[in-house]
Amino acid sequence: MRLTCTVNGTEQQVDDVWEGESLLYVLRERMGLPGSKNACEQGECGSCTVYLDGLPVCACLVAAGQAEGREVGTVEGLTDGDTGELHPVQQAFLDAGAVQCGFCTPGLLVATDDLVGRSLAEGRKPADAEIREALAGNLCRCTGYEKILDAVRLAADRMSEAGR
Amino acid sequence: MHFLQPTTWAEALEAKAAHPDAVAIAGGTDVMVAVNFGRLRPARLLDLTRIEDLRQWDTEDGAVRLGAGVPYARVITELGDRLPGLAMAARTIGSPQIRNRGTVGGNLATASPAGDAHPALLAADAEVEVASVRGSRRIPVADFYTGVKRTAMADDELIAAVRIVPPSGPQQYSKIGTRNAMVIAVAAFGLALHPARRAVGTGIGSAAPTPRRAPAAEEFLAGELDGSWDSRAELPSATAARFGELVAEAAAPIDDVRGTARYRVHALSVMARRALTWAWAEYRTDSRDSPKEA
Repeated sequence: MRLTCTVNGTEQQVDDVWEGESLLYVLRERMGLPGSKNACEQGECGSCTVYLDGLPVCACLVAAGQAEGREVGTVEGLTDGDTGELHPVQQAFLDAGAVQCGFCTPGLLVATDDLVGRSLAEGRKPADAEIREALAGNLCRCTGYEKILDAVRLAADRMSEAGR
Repeated sequence: MHFLQPTTWAEALEAKAAHPDAVAIAGGTDVMVAVNFGRLRPARLLDLTRIEDLRQWDTEDGAVRLGAGVPYARVITELGDRLPGLAMAARTIGSPQIRNRGTVGGNLATASPAGDAHPALLAADAEVEVASVRGSRRIPVADFYTGVKRTAMADDELIAAVRIVPPSGPQQYSKIGTRNAMVIAVAAFGLALHPARRAVGTGIGSAAPTPRRAPAAEEFLAGELDGSWDSRAELPSATAARFGELVAEAAAPIDDVRGTARYRVHALSVMARRALTWAWAEYRTDSRDSPKEA
């Protein structure tokens, strides 16, 4: 079947999509967007976290056809498309040493972007308990959670100062 | 495989009538796992996410009619005050990503004995509204589960909504797993105190072939509380302990990778005792829970 949806602000159309295919497969294998990672394929690990109509979801559990006409946002969309400048969340993960093997990083970046964005929209920074809850669906097999928490706080601090 | 995408409820029912073997998919948190792992290859997937009616909730005849497609995240943010037991259960489900997609309708359709919503729905005497082109009917949730992952639905039926009367008293939910997020329950327990009709509701999860109530525990506690609904007297600890024992006796668990039957029975007795202690403490201090209110 044919699938048309908006990905990172650009309309994308792909053909010959198998009806049982996941949105994750479409993104990685048909649209050339391998940032979202394929690990557990059962919604346990969060490595494939993307925005679907503004909400973070596991792309592996979205049937491709369910994304028809919807807005998808992937980790590739965080970087400034014109300048190539990293998003503050990405920069914070680098600066805090929150990236080890890197496999969980794309999902964590999207989940963090969602959390920090929501918190700052409410005029506050996320509390530690909120950070833990928001990232509970993203597993890091390197177990580098302390640095990841540091990165989230750093991103929230910087984005709060920058008024973004 | 075909991908059916009705945009109205009538179209969905017609599609299900024409293709009873079509597998309904909403949040995909069960169906896509099975498809991804090659365990499910239906001739047709019936996508229900385009049907706006399913994503709504409203109040009708004093009950909340929760559309089958409302995701858990919205149950928590929009219905935490009206349906506290179900919202508590919803908070324990998966992760934010899963709660943004997964639905109570999907939990019911899968009918896993470990489904997190079931104990809360049982305790609250929920009704499942199912429909087909032949018409719609309401099934008391206790009659909905007929076996391991089996339900009382006919092949041409789809779940439209769940009906739950907002409680006249406190509700509690307790779940045991290896961590707080992303766990399948080792055992779970839901409790609802119904002061308006001087009754008690219970629900047991992950400790029998189906989610089930603990009728003997409900009757025992309703009898013990008979003189206490108005006086709001302190609950004797022996009463709470006996309630826990009776809940545990209602279970019929198995040993599996998540835990032993013996552990599950013990855990249930502890969860039931604690849930009752919390709920009764709330009832004693909350003046809104007047027994005279409907």
